[in-house]
Amino acid sequence: MNLLASLRTALRALRKNKLRSLLAMLGIVIAVAAVVATVAIGEGAKAKVAAQMASLGSNLLIVLPGSINTHGVSTGAGATQNLTREDGVAIERELSASVAALAPINRASGQVIFGDANWSTSIQGTTPAYLDVRQWALESGEMFGREEDAAAAKVCLLGKTVVDKLFGDNNPIGEQIRVRHMPCKVVGVLAAKGQGSWGQDQDDLVVMPWTTLVRRLNGSQADTVGQLMIEARSPQMIDDAQREITALLRQRHHTGEAAENDFQIRNLTEMQNAANEQTKTLSLLLGSVALISLIVGAIGIANVMLVSVTERTREIGIRMAVGARGRDVLVQFLTEAVLLATVGGAIGLGLGSGAAKYMAVQAQWPALLSPPVMAATMGLAGLAGIIAGFYPALRASRLDPIDALRFE
Amino acid sequence: MRATAIEKIYRMGDMTVPALRGVTLDVYAGEFVAVMGSSGSGKSTFMNLVGCLDKPTKGAYLLDGDDVSRFSRDQLASARGQHIGFVFQGFNLLPRTTALENVELPMLYQGVARKEREQRAAEALTRVGLGDRQGHSPAQLSGGQQQRVAIARALVNRPKLLLADEPTGNLDSATSVEVMGIFQELNDQGLTILLVTHEPDIADHARRVVVFKDGLVLSDHQVSRRKIARDEIAALKASAS
Repeated sequence: MNLLASLRTALRALRKNKLRSLLAMLGIVIAVAAVVATVAIGEGAKAKVAAQMASLGSNLLIVLPGSINTHGVSTGAGATQNLTREDGVAIERELSASVAALAPINRASGQVIFGDANWSTSIQGTTPAYLDVRQWALESGEMFGREEDAAAAKVCLLGKTVVDKLFGDNNPIGEQIRVRHMPCKVVGVLAAKGQGSWGQDQDDLVVMPWTTLVRRLNGSQADTVGQLMIEARSPQMIDDAQREITALLRQRHHTGEAAENDFQIRNLTEMQNAANEQTKTLSLLLGSVALISLIVGAIGIANVMLVSVTERTREIGIRMAVGARGRDVLVQFLTEAVLLATVGGAIGLGLGSGAAKYMAVQAQWPALLSPPVMAATMGLAGLAGIIAGFYPALRASRLDPIDALRFE
Repeated sequence: MRATAIEKIYRMGDMTVPALRGVTLDVYAGEFVAVMGSSGSGKSTFMNLVGCLDKPTKGAYLLDGDDVSRFSRDQLASARGQHIGFVFQGFNLLPRTTALENVELPMLYQGVARKEREQRAAEALTRVGLGDRQGHSPAQLSGGQQQRVAIARALVNRPKLLLADEPTGNLDSATSVEVMGIFQELNDQGLTILLVTHEPDIADHARRVVVFKDGLVLSDHQVSRRKIARDEIAALKASAS
């Protein structure tokens, strides 16, 4: 009997017992749906974490001034004043192979006022490279340039939250606001970035040239910076960049061979790894649940096929009497089992994709349906059908035609 | 076909039950043989051996020159599919399957293409007078019609030998005569038929009667006054009107 004919025969047999066929494939349906949905949800969550990391600025390194140890007493990080703009300029100049962009950042906080509205926010003084480093776009207006930084121009960019608080729906570009006591012209609005990964509002800030903040607002003549934000050329170069920056800064700060760094470098890959590790654990857990349900599904099919073989003993006898060989009967029942499993798998695929898409909409992450995983799951379901169907089919094929014909 | 000194012994636990104790029988092409005997006489066992459903414990069974007693399971299946047509007492049609599909069944295992299968099945059904019932399932057919579907199924692979095991056992006498009429017609067209029955009336439709008893052939003779189903039907019609 050829494959097409056995397929038709199997399809006909399964259609005759619709309810039983449906129940038999239910286990596989659930298993495949679980696998597909789990993988898609896991991938979606991973993508969302990655996107969050990217919104902080991917490939990002942060250099902070370190602690110093005076007479055995260590200060906390950032207590020293030993990281300067000159360090930043040196890194940009000498390590351009691994460093794409660098922005020094000093922070302050204070009240911003426009008309009768006011808002307390964080103020960041930086250079034009800030937008590149943080991968931040402008919603309107433009970034200040190097000249404005050099001249300590009284210009600033506003985060979305600050715009909402001070201007409501009005256009802030070109307006004069006051930052603490200093009048300042709004030249741009930053695109909304939303919450950071720890829930803080990233849009609640004012950005102005570094010199404006340090020299005018803080009235300081020092060159020390709060931190240097550095973007490596690629994720793979982060480690290289970190090593080179460390060497350069140690040299510039005249750190002795044995002495500890007087600065810290942090990067986000560790956090990203931790988050990925978490998703991986979750995927593994759900994946094993799915695998177990696949096994249970296969047992369900085996059970139904065994019952079916017993119930159809006479049919098997008739088929053998008219010339069916053992292997024809084997193929027939195996085809039925595999058909049950693959049809169940296909239904599960549909349900799982639907569930994944629904979850993605609810949780606002991309629905990442992976075709290789879907194909592999279907293959696994088919394999489960073969394994589940083999023993019942073998039993059917080994029936004695005379006994089978006499079976009531 | 030629069966020589056939023995068949069944084992039931520790006991061995001899069902056939040395049967020798030749059936030539074109013959119509009725095998008779009470239950336990070994006639059913003999039928199973002749039908290639089973192998003899001892002795040789030649079907068209091939020694079936040396066949493997698969070879037996092929022999059944190609050379033997079965008609059973209980019809043995697949339930919830149309008459046409039932008749197609033997061709499925001989690799006949779908178009040819359908065509030949329809021809066979027409031959037994059921050309207009192709799409009916067995439950929608009367006993006589079901048996005719079974005959069509037995014929469809153009077998050398038609085996009928109590084909009229589940039918009333008028229908039995009709079915015997079909067998006689087929025999007239050259088909070899081996019929198992315990009813002398039915056996008289054959040309030759072999009687089994206790696993041996008791008698083997030609039918002297053969019944012709066509005449019986005519007589029945005449008496009814």
